[in-house]
Amino acid sequence: MLKLSRYVLHDIVRSKVILAYTLFLLTISVTLFQMEDNPSKALMSLLNIVLIVVPLVSMVFATIHYYNSYEFIELMLSQPVSRTRILMSEYLGTAASLSASFLVGVGVPVLLFNLDEVGLALITTGTALTFIFTSLAFYASVLARDKARGIGVALMLWFYFALIYDGLVLTILFAFSDYPLEQLTLALSSLNPVDLGRIFLMLKMDVSALMGYTGATYKDFFGSSFGALYSLGILLLWATIPLWLAVRSFNKKDL
Amino acid sequence: MISVEHITKKFKKLYALDDVSASFHKGQVVSLIGPNGSGKTTLIKSILGIVQPDGGTIRFSGQAISNQYQYRDQIGYMPQIGRYPDNMTIGQVIDMIKNIRNNAGARLDEELLESYNMQALLGKNMRSLSGGTRQKVSAVLAFLFDPDVLILDEPTAGLDPLATEILKDKIMAEKEKGKLILITSHILSDLDELTTDVMYLQDGRLRLYQPIEELKELTGESRLGRAIAAVMKSGYTQLQPTPGAIIKNMEVHYA
Repeated sequence: MLKLSRYVLHDIVRSKVILAYTLFLLTISVTLFQMEDNPSKALMSLLNIVLIVVPLVSMVFATIHYYNSYEFIELMLSQPVSRTRILMSEYLGTAASLSASFLVGVGVPVLLFNLDEVGLALITTGTALTFIFTSLAFYASVLARDKARGIGVALMLWFYFALIYDGLVLTILFAFSDYPLEQLTLALSSLNPVDLGRIFLMLKMDVSALMGYTGATYKDFFGSSFGALYSLGILLLWATIPLWLAVRSFNKKDL
Repeated sequence: MISVEHITKKFKKLYALDDVSASFHKGQVVSLIGPNGSGKTTLIKSILGIVQPDGGTIRFSGQAISNQYQYRDQIGYMPQIGRYPDNMTIGQVIDMIKNIRNNAGARLDEELLESYNMQALLGKNMRSLSGGTRQKVSAVLAFLFDPDVLILDEPTAGLDPLATEILKDKIMAEKEKGKLILITSHILSDLDELTTDVMYLQDGRLRLYQPIEELKELTGESRLGRAIAAVMKSGYTQLQPTPGAIIKNMEVHYA
């Protein structure tokens, strides 16, 4: 497995896109920490950027990378290598390099400027989102045969998770505002890794005081150690289930 | 060595392979012949596990190959269109495959590498290669591990006459060693000297599978090309070993 991943990594590092992504994250993080006097305010702004940028870059990069390594995949298929191993190597190579970028670009500045529980939670969430969206992108790419459609699906998924989903949740909450919805909103937040990450982080910050009654329910749940474990578990599921589906359909696919 | 039992493969509504059964043994050089789109490459890719048939079983040394990959260790495959990672050099691709096949200590057959003078090209980028040079790389890789089975899909397409001769000599030498070789080609004169058996596919159906000597005798032709033409004219049916009949039939057509 590692042997193949090494070639994948080698290929990714050479494309320099990863380098650009690292520098981009690094610039944003350092600038934010320099601009704000209060590091926790900077962390708040950084959180919002991370929740938008990390999923988007992970998805687009992973999709393009998958289609660009089609030749490599084809070559490997005629060798004594199992399909699961081929796809897993591609996935690990891609997710590992994106996470490394994130850890250098955001992790290092956070450790330098704001090393506390919130900072560590941000690093964890960002890394988890990288693995999750790379895995979603792989599933989309394995299903869609041509590149344009694959990237289209990846972008639609990003729009859905980053923008549309929140709108849907708000609509539901608004329509049923006469009923007690605390439990429902809790459940709904598990259906979107971006939201889950956001709530997980917000509750570690002071701003959760501004979230009203729902905020209090959240705080009750996510603030506990069980809540933290629960959200990490759900994030883990979000990374493994699409990957498992991708491997399954890759194994049945004609190439 | 390889047996194909009732293999069927459909692409949308089109039957690429329709209930094909055959078995191949050591020492055979089987020529797969048929018009474009007759299912030759699909058959080869099914044997390699790159295409997954809809029905039927393929066995390699008695073992069904579905979801197996280890058996590919004994196959050298030369694809019709060799596609390789663009940003790797020839040397890197060869080293990568060596590394992945991982039969350390096993003797490598670098004869083609030398006769194609490939050492001088090892630093060249795959992207910049001509079709013929790519084809040479494919040939080198197929023969490199001294496999028991060679599957060559249009091996001479795009090669210059000198390279074609070198490849034919190499195939001849491997045939002497008693390997199983499957070749598809449209250049029947290339196959003439090599072949021991002829397999004719049309519209995904196996029309004929016979030793070449028998075929030549039955059609009364001494060259493979003419023998095949005779078969095509007689309605693509397997010739029964009753000489006179088909030859009479032929005379009618020629008249």
